[in-house]
Amino acid sequence: MTTMTTGASRTAGGRSGGAATLTLVRAINEGLRRAMEEDPKVLVMGEDVGKLGGVFRVTDGLQKDFGEDRVIDTPLAESGIIGTAIGLALRGYRPVCEIQFDGFVFPAADQIITQLAKMRMRSLGALRLPVVVRIPFGGGIGAVEHHSESPEVHFTHTGGLRVVACSNPADGYHMIRQAIRCEDPVIFFEPKRRYWDKAPVDLDADPDLPLDKGRVVRPGTDVTLLAYGPMVRTCLEAAVAAEEDGRSLEVIDLRSLSPLDTELVVESVRRTGRCVVVHEAPVFSGYGAELAARITEQCFYHLEAPVLRVGGFSTPYPPSRLEDHYLPDLDRVLDAVDRTFAY
Amino acid sequence: MNTNAPVGAETYGAAAPPELVQLLTPEGERVEHPDYDIDLTPEQVRSLYRDLVLVRRIDLEAVALQRQGELGIWASLLGQEAAQIGSGRALSDQDMVFPTYREHGVAWCRNVDPIKLLGLFRGVSHGGWDPAEHNFHLYTIVIGSQTLHAVGYAMGIQRDGAEAAAIVYFGDGATSQGDVNESFIWAAVNNAPVVFFCQNNQWAISEPLEKQSRIPLYRRASGFGFPGIRVDGNDVFACLAVTREALRNAREGQGPTLIEAYTYRMGAHTTSDDPTRYRVESELEAWKLKDPIERVKAYLFKNELADQEFFEAIDLEADELGKDLRRRCLELPDPDPLAIFENVYAEPHALLQEEREQFAAYLASFEGVA
Repeated sequence: MTTMTTGASRTAGGRSGGAATLTLVRAINEGLRRAMEEDPKVLVMGEDVGKLGGVFRVTDGLQKDFGEDRVIDTPLAESGIIGTAIGLALRGYRPVCEIQFDGFVFPAADQIITQLAKMRMRSLGALRLPVVVRIPFGGGIGAVEHHSESPEVHFTHTGGLRVVACSNPADGYHMIRQAIRCEDPVIFFEPKRRYWDKAPVDLDADPDLPLDKGRVVRPGTDVTLLAYGPMVRTCLEAAVAAEEDGRSLEVIDLRSLSPLDTELVVESVRRTGRCVVVHEAPVFSGYGAELAARITEQCFYHLEAPVLRVGGFSTPYPPSRLEDHYLPDLDRVLDAVDRTFAY
Repeated sequence: MNTNAPVGAETYGAAAPPELVQLLTPEGERVEHPDYDIDLTPEQVRSLYRDLVLVRRIDLEAVALQRQGELGIWASLLGQEAAQIGSGRALSDQDMVFPTYREHGVAWCRNVDPIKLLGLFRGVSHGGWDPAEHNFHLYTIVIGSQTLHAVGYAMGIQRDGAEAAAIVYFGDGATSQGDVNESFIWAAVNNAPVVFFCQNNQWAISEPLEKQSRIPLYRRASGFGFPGIRVDGNDVFACLAVTREALRNAREGQGPTLIEAYTYRMGAHTTSDDPTRYRVESELEAWKLKDPIERVKAYLFKNELADQEFFEAIDLEADELGKDLRRRCLELPDPDPLAIFENVYAEPHALLQEEREQFAAYLASFEGVA
């Protein structure tokens, strides 16, 4: 065990272990490192993931330790990254692809949606496609256009893919390892504005949840807040603020968007009778629409109010000087909570 | 003619007289080429002839089955038999093939049961053979996507230290796709053991080659940094020789090659297409004189390597194959409705399980209802 605050301990053999306080960036890095140590078929590939260690440094040091054959600086073409990863998977490898920013996934969308998602069915089950596509997503970092988007529903709407989003360092560490071990393609969303959040991570512990299960991150009794990725922290902050007003908000981190942990959601909303869904992506046709519909179907007689949604507007992501108005924040979440009590 | 073309463009125009590797003329004369040669026993030539005739017969039967409503659609290989059999017979067992949806001849060479191809076009599955069993990947319908899969697979071969190559098939239209160009880049910078086999059949549905390229397609390779070669795609000897060498180079670590097999789509793009709307009959008539099968027959006949009895026996075998295929096609059962949910994921998926149960219950609600 170690008391280091900035990183895990590293043994003489280079293997890190024990408990440590890590940023999300470092936690995912450690998860990738473990996966590569455990399985020589695991490859990391993407733009600038090698020498540079990725623009967010998530893959820092991996090429140095595992070599250029396993940590591949690819040509600058996203469709090529996914397309060649599929070919490598067909040869028995387990590629972990990095799409540098959310808005750059669209050139790769064809390979993800028409090939990666569908190839197993095409083969009547003969093929496995254990490919992970890591995508830093969401806004809040003052970036230029195409660097702040939340494209998750494009992928949840595509059968054949699994879609998950981590929200904190411990989940980042465990979920990336679970995603790599998964025999299906996994779209792995990382909340880029939470990359520098720190929390304790036990690198030797087993994950406490399967990859496709959500988690109640704060129990409550009056309203269920449903969130994933960057909005989990926002909802937790809202719950703290609401407590001062005497309202008890339950916060659920969905973690897995496809499949959805329906039972967890339904059990909570039946208890609280009220629900607010929070995501950065536009509300219209967003993931919240699916949640609201399912909750209405399965919790109809328990609901005190309609399921409300807080999210982005039906616009392109705005210039960064406006993003604070676009992104859901504590006040907009609490405003929606207030409105659920108006019914 | 493209009136916007700069001066001199006609020299490099898409329709410029091809620098063609040819070993067997349309008249069945064996000719020499300075760089390529092939030494085939009479038995091997007869075997190639048999392949060509049988895959044309499979194709003919499939077109007929579509016309009779038994297949939803069919993409005919008519005219491209030599390109596919020549390249297909150049493969070693350990090489991996990434086809488009028209590679019925290559599928034949890889021992994929033709009924599987018919099943796809009938709509009982989206493919359904095990690629690893045949080293023949599934048909890819989105144009050019499979080129990247082939290069990725070839990168895996490199990492495994294996002596094998990947070969990927695509058409002239596909060369305009981003994926194909990305795959050229990936293959070049990785020196990947991959052969790009482009069947230039002159038409991408209704669009002629000049809508895709201002230079002959094989010359594209030089800009990416690897060799490109144009071969007479209707000459099974030349296709075999050129592909064999490209595969050998790939396996030996000399990187990728682009082969442009210059051929002609003698039929429609698919059974849903009507080529009379966009091309003239005389073009087809001209290409019929370059038929890939007739020249092998002429060669065999002239050199007294086969007699009438041989040709009749092959025709009979072809008819039997067609008949058998027809029977098995008609017997193909529709899949169980709940097969919709099968093989989507390798691991259990809660949403699919839920939908499957609901749909099963819905279907069961009709049981016993007249």
